[in-house]
Amino acid sequence: MSNPDQTPAVAKTSLLKLDARTRKRNAAETRFKAYGMIAIGMGLLMLVILVFNIVSRGTGAFQQTFVTLEVELVAAKLDKKGNRNLDDIKKVSTFGYAPLLKDAFEAKVAVAGIDTGIKPKQMAAILSKSAAAQMRDFVIANPDMIGETVAFEFLASSRVDGYLKGRVSRDSIANDKKISPEQLDFVDQLVSEGSVTKRFNMSFITGSDASDARPESAGMGVSMIGSLIMMMVVLVLALPIGVAASIYLEEFAPKNWITDIIEVNISNLAAVPSIVFGILGLAVFINYMHLPNSAPLVGGLVLTLMTLPTIIISTRASLKSVPPSIRDAALGVGASKMQSVFHHVLPLAAPGILTGTIIGLAQALGETAPLLLIGMVGFIASNPPDSIAAGLMSPNSAMPAQIYEWAKRADPAFYERAWGGIIILLVFLVSMNTIAVILRRRFERRW
Amino acid sequence: MSLVKCTSSALAITALCASAATARDQIQVAGSSTVLPYASIVAEAFGENFDFPTPVVESGGSSAGLKRFCEGVGENTIDIANASRQIKSGEVEVCTSNGVTDFIEVRVGYDGIVFASDITGNTFEFTPSDWFLALSREISVDGKMVANPNTNWKQVNASFPDQPIQAFVPGTKHGTREVFEDKVILEGCEATGAFDLLKEANGGDKKAAEKECIALRTDGKSVDIDGDYTETLARIESNNDGIGVFGLAFYENNTDKLQVATMSGVVPSTQSISTGDYPVSRPLFFYVKKAHIGVIPGLKEFAEFFVAEEIAGPDGPLAEYGLVSDPELEATQEGVANETVIGSGS
Repeated sequence: MSNPDQTPAVAKTSLLKLDARTRKRNAAETRFKAYGMIAIGMGLLMLVILVFNIVSRGTGAFQQTFVTLEVELVAAKLDKKGNRNLDDIKKVSTFGYAPLLKDAFEAKVAVAGIDTGIKPKQMAAILSKSAAAQMRDFVIANPDMIGETVAFEFLASSRVDGYLKGRVSRDSIANDKKISPEQLDFVDQLVSEGSVTKRFNMSFITGSDASDARPESAGMGVSMIGSLIMMMVVLVLALPIGVAASIYLEEFAPKNWITDIIEVNISNLAAVPSIVFGILGLAVFINYMHLPNSAPLVGGLVLTLMTLPTIIISTRASLKSVPPSIRDAALGVGASKMQSVFHHVLPLAAPGILTGTIIGLAQALGETAPLLLIGMVGFIASNPPDSIAAGLMSPNSAMPAQIYEWAKRADPAFYERAWGGIIILLVFLVSMNTIAVILRRRFERRW
Repeated sequence: MSLVKCTSSALAITALCASAATARDQIQVAGSSTVLPYASIVAEAFGENFDFPTPVVESGGSSAGLKRFCEGVGENTIDIANASRQIKSGEVEVCTSNGVTDFIEVRVGYDGIVFASDITGNTFEFTPSDWFLALSREISVDGKMVANPNTNWKQVNASFPDQPIQAFVPGTKHGTREVFEDKVILEGCEATGAFDLLKEANGGDKKAAEKECIALRTDGKSVDIDGDYTETLARIESNNDGIGVFGLAFYENNTDKLQVATMSGVVPSTQSISTGDYPVSRPLFFYVKKAHIGVIPGLKEFAEFFVAEEIAGPDGPLAEYGLVSDPELEATQEGVANETVIGSGS
């Protein structure tokens, strides 16, 4: 101001021409944008690698090799007394059924004129161990069919299945005692003849776990029911308790140091590692309350504890986002505090609450660690429960626990099924999250 | 108000379930992860052939299983504990003090422990001494105990290929580790003369010398694997110089990735283990609570089915999976049928 001569010097900098400092700042911004893009690109790349890995390894589990075989249900072997008494038929164990398979293969080879060079016992070894049980179940369900020749569709053994899927090759079985190249030749002949086929395997989605001797018959179905029952328990318990707790804390509770402590503790609980809830569940629900081991009810209770803080936090956030003017208006026309909450605030907060609940449920669905401690991991092959009460109390597994169990078994066929299980689990998680997003989009209100 | 009602009714249902949760009709089994595949094969066949529900088999290790077994008698305790070793006297004491006084010991068969490396790598023919010299913390050199200087298999045995020592052995919570220590490291310790030196240093105390023998080096050449064999396999696949300790059944399912080493010149197989030629094997057991027989439906039938000739015999599904069947199976069957408890002179 005192020296007007210097003003033109400042005015020399043109707005159209960038000076060094501006260029530097702009360069920093460009660099930062590039970093951001690289970060997103890395994230996407990881996602693509993950999805590609899961899909390429897991899709095999949805296909299975089946062998069609006509078996004569020899009456002399299956019903020795010949009176078709169900109790007598049940006395014949699966070991009594196994020889029929050998005979069936021998007959088939003779009719089709296949030259095999292997013994009937080795021919029967290309079938799953579940074949005998499948026949026995059929005979018990249809005792009239004894003596007839019935066409069965059996699962092929895991090695044969792997051979058709390309997992097992003649080189890789060089030291394998469970299958020989001659057996693979036999399989090749059966494939060209049309009685060995590979097709979509529904029982992977609906079936139950199987022992190490027969990975080909293992399925996710029963553990899926276990997971669904647990989610039901979580929903029935965590939603009302969580919503009631947050309404009280948000709308009614006085703001003093006690509610502050509760608030801090709820936030802390949300960050507690899930295995801690598992130990708690073991101590309280199983050892103290004497609930049965491995029961989905216990799993559900443990996951409820884990999900509660998530639901409370999201419910409080959505209650908070309802503007105070709504409450004031309700109170102003004479509504009680409770009417204002239940008639006006809660309905407006509902979409947020639902979204939070669904995300909490999705998190609980993928949780494995607490289930390890309450016995939901191991060999739990049960038939689907016949009632909801039985579903709550009878031992079961859960989807992530089942995947964990398969991943550590010896036969590589289980490994494939573990990846297949991950696909099913991901489908569940993605669809739950999609529902949450849709709900939010549809019902969200902005003020 | 409906919210409060809903919550309280949900809690009431929970309480109701808790009180109704008394009658258990499913057999509960827990214990050794080595026995788990066999137990699950039997459980599956049991569920198929009997009208009882399929038993639930959990793993967790021999010690963990026996600990749960000894927690007491009652429907919320397990009925059967699987173990890849015999029950220890300390565990029997815990059992007794918790009221688990009578239980049946059942030996189902034998399991081989094999040493395997990546299929593309070098072939090995081991003796127990080689393993001792490679993995022990201290070895004897010229009549003195020194910190293990070996870093390459060639240093251990001149006939071995030039390959750095990298071993993956089961962690201490596994029953397999004990067998590895007893049948391999200790043998090697005695064969190389280190045992006598240590005994001398400890004033003739055999126990202390044994304890020092089985101390493995901690410089990273020997890695404890606390997980399952799948983890050991993954380590070997990522490090082709690694040699791992596996169960025979696991190896037989992964012959496309692993090659097995001989021990004292014998190739491990169910055959060579049952004849006793292959030295590194151990018996597998399960323990049944006698107090639960008659309370838990099907428990005795399950135990009998487990050791039946058609299951545990040399042609049964267990042998097919990798179990070495017990030549004295008949005596075991008799013991189960008579419910002969441990310590009653059986």
